[in-house]
Amino acid sequence: MSLSASPSTPTASDTNMPLAELSRRAYHIRRHALKMGQVQGQGYVGQALGIADVLAVAYFRALNLRPAEPEWEGRDRFLLSIGHYAIALYAALIEAGVIPLEELETYGSDDSRLPMSGMASYTPGMEISGGSLGQGLGIAVGMGLGLKRKGTGQFVYNLLSDGELGEGSTWEAAASAAHWKLDNLIAVVDFNNQQADGPSTQVLGMGDIAAKFEAFGWHAQFVDGNDMEALVAAFDTARELDDPRPRVIVAQTLMGQGVPFLETREKTHFIRVDEDEWDKAIEVLDTGFAAAAA
Amino acid sequence: MSVETPAKPRLKTSAMIASIAAEGQRTISAPFGHALAELAAKKPEIVGMSADLAKYTDLHIFREAHPDRFYQMGMAEQLLMMAGAGMAREGFQPWLTTYAVFATRRAYDFLCLAIAEEGLDVKVACALPGLTTGYGPSHQASEDIAILRGMPELTIVDPCDAIDIQQAVQPISDHKGPVYMRLLRGKVPAVLDEYDYTFELGKAKMLREGADVLFISSGLMTMRALEAADALRADKVEAAVLHCPTIKPLDEATIRAAVAAKPGRLVVVAENHSVIGGLGEAVAASLLGSGTVPSGFRQIGLPDRFLDAGALPTLHDRYGISTEQVVARTLDWLDA
Ligand SMILES: Cc1ncc(C[n+]2csc(CCOP(=O)(O)OP(=O)(O)O)c2C)c(N)n1
Ligand SMILES: [Mg+2]
Repeated sequence: MSLSASPSTPTASDTNMPLAELSRRAYHIRRHALKMGQVQGQGYVGQALGIADVLAVAYFRALNLRPAEPEWEGRDRFLLSIGHYAIALYAALIEAGVIPLEELETYGSDDSRLPMSGMASYTPGMEISGGSLGQGLGIAVGMGLGLKRKGTGQFVYNLLSDGELGEGSTWEAAASAAHWKLDNLIAVVDFNNQQADGPSTQVLGMGDIAAKFEAFGWHAQFVDGNDMEALVAAFDTARELDDPRPRVIVAQTLMGQGVPFLETREKTHFIRVDEDEWDKAIEVLDTGFAAAAA
Repeated sequence: MSVETPAKPRLKTSAMIASIAAEGQRTISAPFGHALAELAAKKPEIVGMSADLAKYTDLHIFREAHPDRFYQMGMAEQLLMMAGAGMAREGFQPWLTTYAVFATRRAYDFLCLAIAEEGLDVKVACALPGLTTGYGPSHQASEDIAILRGMPELTIVDPCDAIDIQQAVQPISDHKGPVYMRLLRGKVPAVLDEYDYTFELGKAKMLREGADVLFISSGLMTMRALEAADALRADKVEAAVLHCPTIKPLDEATIRAAVAAKPGRLVVVAENHSVIGGLGEAVAASLLGSGTVPSGFRQIGLPDRFLDAGALPTLHDRYGISTEQVVARTLDWLDA
């Protein structure tokens, strides 16, 4: 089957984008990510499948972007601090028409614009070089301050992981964002309860993440990150709220979402997908989406 | 005439975890983890601590052997250093693990002040030293030694292979004081058992002699220098290899003696590190400072730039640290 990746309209997103359309976009994002994983026989596809719904809402409803002009000054900024989630963001950028679909074939290869860890110098639409985790939220604070100085009204988003909550730098930024009343800063925490050495709650238990942000002076929402309706409501609230506080959406996601045999596979930072499983993963994703859409 | 389209080249990967072992090379699995677990059975003061990278630094082997002596500190490298300092103050010998970039860049001040300035007995063992991942600058510790060489009190060790790592763990533990150890993890090549060699902290060792070139090397570049020395024979070039696993304090006496013994040899310092601030500059300063001047001096190391993402073999070639590049560059220098 073919996916029409490039929307013809100059802006990919629409603040009234209906749920069914967002679900279709999320399905495409998952599919692109699996295709990229298949190219290399590996990749952080568990994370990509889990975060696809968040990215669909971000890129097709919330963010003000011009896909043909990724550096358009008026865009909302979307910072991916988790460099290893690059495969997920590439999938979203492909779906949004920022990166051509064919380029997916080069994923992770020598001299590709799509290296395995996301870097601003390589990829259009990649705002920052991630990978050294715990830097995104602080950069977002600086951009939030800068955007306020310019008075042009854009938002800065930061997608960060539950693992990044272990870094002190994240909480320096959290305190600062509240201090500066950065109501133009929207953080999204992927609470997939996973990091390199095991479940985040066991590696470094953070307790109630939303409550922690609230205690730091943030407006916090905790949502099911694979529930499209809940995500739409949370993003809309974060944008429209009349409140001087920075906003955080703690999105609880399921690694492997959309591919049942990966959803139930033993959870690790790097979910194993065997060589003969890629086609099968794409097939069950397709049938699952078709069934849900019917 | 039929034009054959070449088979599509296999795509290379810029994955975080890449093996430095050549195809078919003999390897030993997790040498650091096993050596530490074994030593800890004899030394109850040893504890292991990691910043969410036990599994990726082979410390999980220690954790499995001594679960009650392992502390998972979360992805918080600054805390790792501070808590390691606290453990050492209470009389334990913590072995801290993370990636080289995060221990040196993010946690520098904490390693410097909380640990080294107090001379505390903390060992920091770090995976992905130099260019051992194709993941890009966020994970490539091309300047970890440059960052740390200026830190007083700190001992810096850059082992060559699995044998070196196995042998280094006990002397590092027996040495009272902070040590930074560059770690090769996973399936690690084993080569030094083919030579008359034992690791001694603070000592450089001549692995093979040769009249034309003297390689002075550390870490995995000793492996490459040995391979290059073999290959150079085909060009009637005899190369010596002086392995220098302790970068600081540097075994200046052995290095100077080796150079002075045959001053006509071209000296090539080879390291898996930036040409700035590593073994090469340390050797150069030592030689010049003592008036031990070789006929020629060259450096093989990483360039002073942020390195590309890509497959490791591609990058090692690109930056001149693959065996083939070591051979070719050495021949060029001899010709010049
Ligand atoms: C500062 C820093 N420390 C350590 C790492 C190594 N690392 C890469 S991913 C990762 C786990 C981070 O947690 P999370 O992003 O929640 O992992 P996931 O959900 O993808 O399993 C770690 C420790 C890093 N990239 N940056
Ligand atoms: Mg996580």
